[in-house]
Amino acid sequence: MKRGLEHATACVRPCPPAWENRRVPPIPSPQNAARIQPNATPAELIRNFCIIAHIDHGKSTLADRMLQLTGVVDARAMRAQYLDRMDIERERGITIKSQAVRMPWEVDGTPHALNMIDTPGHVDFTYEVSRSLAACEGAVLLVDAAQGIEAQTLANLYLAMENDLAIIPVLNKIDLPAAQPEKYAEEIAGLVGVDPESVLRVSGKTGVGVEALLDRIVEEVPAPQGDPEAPARAMIFDSVYDTYRGVVTYVRVIDGSLNPREKIVMMSTRATHELLEIGVTSPEPQPTKGLGVGEVGYLITGVKDVRQSKVGDTVTNAGKPATDALGGYSDPKPMVFSGLYPVDGSDYPALRDALDKLKLNDAALNYEPETSVALGFGFRVGFLGLLHLEIVRERLEREFDLDLISTAPNVIYEVTLEDNTVVTVTNPSEFPGGKIKEIREPIVKATILCPSEFIGAVMELCQTKRGVLGGMDHISQERVEMRYTLPLAEIVFDFFDQLKSRTRGYASLDYETSGDQAADLVKVDILLQGDHVDAFSAIAHRDKAYAYGVMMTGKLKDLIPRQQFEVPIQAAIGARVIARETIRAMRKDVLAKCYGGDISRKRKLLEKQKEGKKRMKTIGSVEVPKDAFIAALSSDSAAVKDAKDKRK
Amino acid sequence: MPSLPEGVPVPEPRGPREAPQRSEDASWGGGDGRLPPWVASSPAGVAPGGSGTAGARPFGVYVHVPFCTVRCGYCDFNTYTASELGGGASQVAYATTALREVDLASKVLADVGLPQRPVSTVFFGGGTPTMLPAAHLARILAGVRDAWGLEPGAEVTTEANPDSVTPEYLAVLAEAGFTRVSFGMQSAVPHVLATLERTHDPLRIPDVVRWARDAGLDVSLDLIYGTPGESLDDWRTSVETALATGVDHVSAYALVVEQGTKMAAQVRRGEVTLPDEDDQAAKYELADALLTEAGLTWYEVSNWARGDEHACRHNLAYWRGHDWWGVGPGAHSYVAAATEHGEAGAAEAAGVRWWNVKHPRRYAALLEAGTSPGAGRELLTPAEHHLERVMLGVRLREGLDLGVLSPSARTAVGGLVARGLLDGRAAISGRGVLTLRGRLLADTVVRELTD
Ligand SMILES: Nc1nc2c(ncn2[C@@H]2O[C@H](COP(=O)(O)OP(=O)(O)OP(=O)(O)O)[C@@H](O)[C@H]2O)c(=O)[nH]1
Ligand SMILES: C[S@@+](CC[C@H](N)C(=O)[O-])C[C@H]1O[C@@H](n2cnc3c(N)ncnc32)[C@H](O)[C@@H]1O
Ligand code: SF4
Ligand SMILES: [Mg+2]
Repeated sequence: MKRGLEHATACVRPCPPAWENRRVPPIPSPQNAARIQPNATPAELIRNFCIIAHIDHGKSTLADRMLQLTGVVDARAMRAQYLDRMDIERERGITIKSQAVRMPWEVDGTPHALNMIDTPGHVDFTYEVSRSLAACEGAVLLVDAAQGIEAQTLANLYLAMENDLAIIPVLNKIDLPAAQPEKYAEEIAGLVGVDPESVLRVSGKTGVGVEALLDRIVEEVPAPQGDPEAPARAMIFDSVYDTYRGVVTYVRVIDGSLNPREKIVMMSTRATHELLEIGVTSPEPQPTKGLGVGEVGYLITGVKDVRQSKVGDTVTNAGKPATDALGGYSDPKPMVFSGLYPVDGSDYPALRDALDKLKLNDAALNYEPETSVALGFGFRVGFLGLLHLEIVRERLEREFDLDLISTAPNVIYEVTLEDNTVVTVTNPSEFPGGKIKEIREPIVKATILCPSEFIGAVMELCQTKRGVLGGMDHISQERVEMRYTLPLAEIVFDFFDQLKSRTRGYASLDYETSGDQAADLVKVDILLQGDHVDAFSAIAHRDKAYAYGVMMTGKLKDLIPRQQFEVPIQAAIGARVIARETIRAMRKDVLAKCYGGDISRKRKLLEKQKEGKKRMKTIGSVEVPKDAFIAALSSDSAAVKDAKDKRK
Repeated sequence: MPSLPEGVPVPEPRGPREAPQRSEDASWGGGDGRLPPWVASSPAGVAPGGSGTAGARPFGVYVHVPFCTVRCGYCDFNTYTASELGGGASQVAYATTALREVDLASKVLADVGLPQRPVSTVFFGGGTPTMLPAAHLARILAGVRDAWGLEPGAEVTTEANPDSVTPEYLAVLAEAGFTRVSFGMQSAVPHVLATLERTHDPLRIPDVVRWARDAGLDVSLDLIYGTPGESLDDWRTSVETALATGVDHVSAYALVVEQGTKMAAQVRRGEVTLPDEDDQAAKYELADALLTEAGLTWYEVSNWARGDEHACRHNLAYWRGHDWWGVGPGAHSYVAAATEHGEAGAAEAAGVRWWNVKHPRRYAALLEAGTSPGAGRELLTPAEHHLERVMLGVRLREGLDLGVLSPSARTAVGGLVARGLLDGRAAISGRGVLTLRGRLLADTVVRELTD
């Protein structure tokens, strides 16, 4: 949806875009460039900043123009959203991982080394943003000039202010006919506490205003401060497992310097490593003679054990170690849990290995082994949200060549039994059977921004989701901010889609956890041919259990292909059946016509069917396609249709 | 279809994401149409011999006639109406063009070293072969006879649309050596015929059958079941009407809505609703009951005949894995390797299937230039050959030799008998023969027998 035609049309325009037109770009001359070599750049010439915004407001596109203007990516190599390198990012048109790039920029004859971090905008990746902020002294707060402030604009601004960063508010997409820069400049100015005139206006698409923005960054973002003589201290803010290079660790140097061929120490584990390579990203990795105070770059140590490079850890010199580690990051708490199982049980060790490696690059990932009667050995994995779940599953499948099933996501529950023992339930199948005194579920404080005309629709939606209105403010004449307390379980699934559809796409949402509350919840079980399928069990509010049962049995009936025998599907609370469907026995699968010319075609069809069989899980004696699991457990009906189409 | 560059193999159109199959032979581009040497002799000097040798295998010829007066909404056969053709590939010249391929075929087979084999069966299919003057069909048949000779008692069939023949026409065919005609009756019920966009008058069926029999031709009727809107009673009427003509052979096909047809678009737009698989199964069972009662027994999943002598030997050859040459645009051909996989000196592939360019104009142009009209081919791996053998063999009432199965597949036979998909007695005597229920679930059976 996102990556629309704009790019295509931009390329065929008759006149060259503004950024190709400028006279002499302030790219430092060779003499000047020598002054900003890595490991030899005085801290006062360094600027570390990130670009933060609501999803889709154009961070990565703005980053593209910066890469071009500073000459680190030439016109030939350029492609839209250059820094969205993962296939999954390009396909979905969203940023998932932050990316740091070093760029030269000259202002009034003085060269500077800019370190820019493009961050993701989706609420599930807020943690990624907060780590990036910790490596910077300034933030470009980007706002779509046709949309104005949205929920993640507020959330990310809040984070940046918490980190004491210099904020540079910028309106983007001013080339759009629908842009209202005057109006939104007021809005932002009010929020950040500046003069509306000082809000920069740019277009990441045409490049207008981006040079001025770079100048402004040099002017307003403070240079990093640190002690070049002190023992080295560098903060690990990201790391990634690369098949060719091994573990690549991204750091920001606070004090001292790191140099090639020195031994380094990870302060939390005291483990010592050889430094095989040290460098900066610009935007391809470039080995350097080291990294000095305030610089951002990467280290390759050749460690085999991926757990040795922990995000938030401090790196120091083995020869001259620091005594105090830097304050790390607090690990984000997972909000949603789901079981991940290999379709082929023998892939379990590969899945464990893949999770260990992915965890490097995704510190928010949490997992523990678990077993399922239906699915065998797998992991219970904690995620920051549903998009996070989807991305992790997809990355595991693509980057590690695994075939996975994920079970219905759920939140965490605290169940107190009559005898006052407390059971923490992260998996519906652990839900205790005995007498229950109280069940507590997590709640969130949600902020919803939307045009005033939709207040009624939003309230109605929140009510069906057991929400309690906390307050409401007008942020402008037409737009309101509504604050709700909602059960987490009600919003992680399809809340956002429903919110979007009821507000014609105009509402935005942000939320953060906020304790728990008692609730009347029950466990709904699903039975296939009388066999309990633990993967489909769910914990639901008593009022919604019946609807869940009807929905799930109905979905499964559509998704599970007919077998050679009749298969009853039931939903039950304890022993009480609340919904039932039947898949009738298959009666015919043969292709009636088979002429000479049909033979190859028919053989290929059979070969494909046999391939398909490999992607089936057998539950009892019922063969369930993997896609049926995914579709049954996902909230949108498009997935159900997809899975059905695939079967044909 | 865009025009094709010379000499480039053109695989059959396939789904956009489907990976190219391993067996497809990318280096082959038609050219002189040469076949791999192993179809005639085994490598490493082992002399060809034994039952598997090509010299001893029956050889059939299929002639595709790619013309129809109108295109029926459900049909995705390689056929063209006059307006679709737009000149350049005239029907008048078709016999001459087809005979060029017959010429080429006899050269290619001789060049590769296959001994001359008289043809056991010839089948003219379409399209509508009877769009051509009877004399043209006769000429093509004569050309086949000249090239290889016909076996004594050879079966020569043509497909025909009920509204495309007259008694005189059929007499000319019989005179020329045709022995059999297969009419596309499809249904006896007007509203079903209308949905299928068939143009013929159902009342004409008994007449055309009588004319053909009077001419001395064996007759078969093709029926289609599961047309949108067809009731079980409609279907009964169609089968009974077919039987009332006294024919000795009936083919009954479940309607397949092929991608890209007009009917597929109608289904997609919700204009017609397909009957479900239960309906198709019930209709199959009804057809089997009515046909059997009338003395026609099944000899293949979709084919019933009054005794073995009325079975279509040409089609049986497809299912038995015999060699055939397909003449005409889009026609497929098959030649097995001289030695079987596993035998001493077995060839690197188990057989070769190839297919011609689809468009009649290009087909004609290639032949005129003296080039093979072959568009692509696949060299079957032993595993593919095995899957085909099971898939095709199990469709027949004579059944599959269970001895060809892998040991693990043989263990599946017990379960298939227990579940009533394979006949128990036949299994004990070493043949895999489908039960009535098994015929409907033949794909499941094949899958389990090849796992
Ligand atoms: N007209 C116009 N479109 C823009 C501009 N900047 C970005 N876009 C479009 O807005 C969409 C989102 O751009 P991205 O750069 O991917 O946005 P993002 O903020 O990086 O998105 P996330 O990383 O997913 O949060 C794309 O379709 C861009 O082409 C601009 O200045 N003008
Ligand atoms: C090659 S076709 C055409 C023969 C002749 N032109 C006619 O239509 O009568 C032979 C038979 O295949 C069957 N057939 C064609 N298309 C079909 C489809 N989509 N589904 C099922 N059977 C089909 C019809 O029964 C038809 O008679
Ligand atoms: S007449 Fe036969 S071949 Fe021609 S379009 Fe109709 S079904 Fe197809
Ligand atoms: Mg982005």
